[in-house]
Amino acid sequence: MTVSYDNSKIIFDAIKSAGITSVSALPETWLGPVLARVEDDPDIRLVQVAKEEEAIGIAAGAYFAGAPHLLLMQNHGFFGAINGIVSLAQLYHVPLCMLIALRGHWGEPYPWHTRGGIVTESVLRALGIPFEYARDPRLVSKQIREAWTFSQSSLSPVALLLTRDLMED
Amino acid sequence: MERAGCLEMIYPELEDKLVVTIMGASAQELYNLGHRDNFFYLQHAMGLASSIGLGLAMHLPAERVVVLDGDGSVLMNLGTFATLARYRPKNLIHLVFDNGSLLSTGGFNSHTTSGSTDLAAIARGAGIEHVAAVDGVVDFGEAFVAALERDDLSVIVAKVAPVGPDHYGMDLHLPENGFRFRRWILDRKRAGSARSNDA
Repeated sequence: MTVSYDNSKIIFDAIKSAGITSVSALPETWLGPVLARVEDDPDIRLVQVAKEEEAIGIAAGAYFAGAPHLLLMQNHGFFGAINGIVSLAQLYHVPLCMLIALRGHWGEPYPWHTRGGIVTESVLRALGIPFEYARDPRLVSKQIREAWTFSQSSLSPVALLLTRDLMED
Repeated sequence: MERAGCLEMIYPELEDKLVVTIMGASAQELYNLGHRDNFFYLQHAMGLASSIGLGLAMHLPAERVVVLDGDGSVLMNLGTFATLARYRPKNLIHLVFDNGSLLSTGGFNSHTTSGSTDLAAIARGAGIEHVAAVDGVVDFGEAFVAALERDDLSVIVAKVAPVGPDHYGMDLHLPENGFRFRRWILDRKRAGSARSNDA
């Protein structure tokens, strides 16, 4: 398995063209090539967190400050951020545009990812977080732009799930 | 030393600062001094007040940000000290009122009372250079003034008595607080850029 260089570039370019100037993240294998580009871009501020729930607070601060902000995390990190999502973002109507690496699903070879992958969609549904799957590199730019737009109009967390089809070659 | 007295002392300085406070007693005591639209009360999501402060400070370099935190909250997000140290926003003052107690939920001892946990040492160990540990009103005031005058990230851990307000209640809905807080910030940004365009 190798992470898709070409599709990571498409994702990064879509983040740029959506007008995002601030990104929070916890480094993750599939997200690595996107994060490397974010880190090298002088027009995007990257905040690397110690745990994903911190990123919910940082995203809220960025939103209050009027800075277009996007969150990058793995699905297991999303689980660890749930109280912040519920009791800060949803409680106060703070939008979150989350790109979530969906590990532990179709084709997953690593046992440790599997339980998280199996329950991710159910958890998103239980929390009332709108989500879409990103599978096709021809559509992902539009999906990122629309996720951003919807988060801002609904003042809600939204999630775009980055799948193996998209993230691996 | 009581937190309410500390807040009363610094209240005049908070008039033009972005203030983020944790839930419960801290939020109520600040509110009781007089609500302002530049105050955000994080009435849940324990641990994230300093993360909100970091997000504000990094994206608003022209503003000063003051976070009012507590031992129970900061113990839920110790990683925040490391993230603050890494990005070191010059315009952030992180006040941790350590009353050694989970006061708002029944007064159980926190780890800072029942163990030997030293939050100031943790902050220093995380890499924050300017950390003050105070347990008297005069020292607190001096540490706060020093933080205001310093153009760098400052953490103040203040030992306070485990006492809170005698009543709870705010005439402010939670989303309303967030909406008005954001509007206050964006209005100031607009006014600031209008000023720089005039110059």
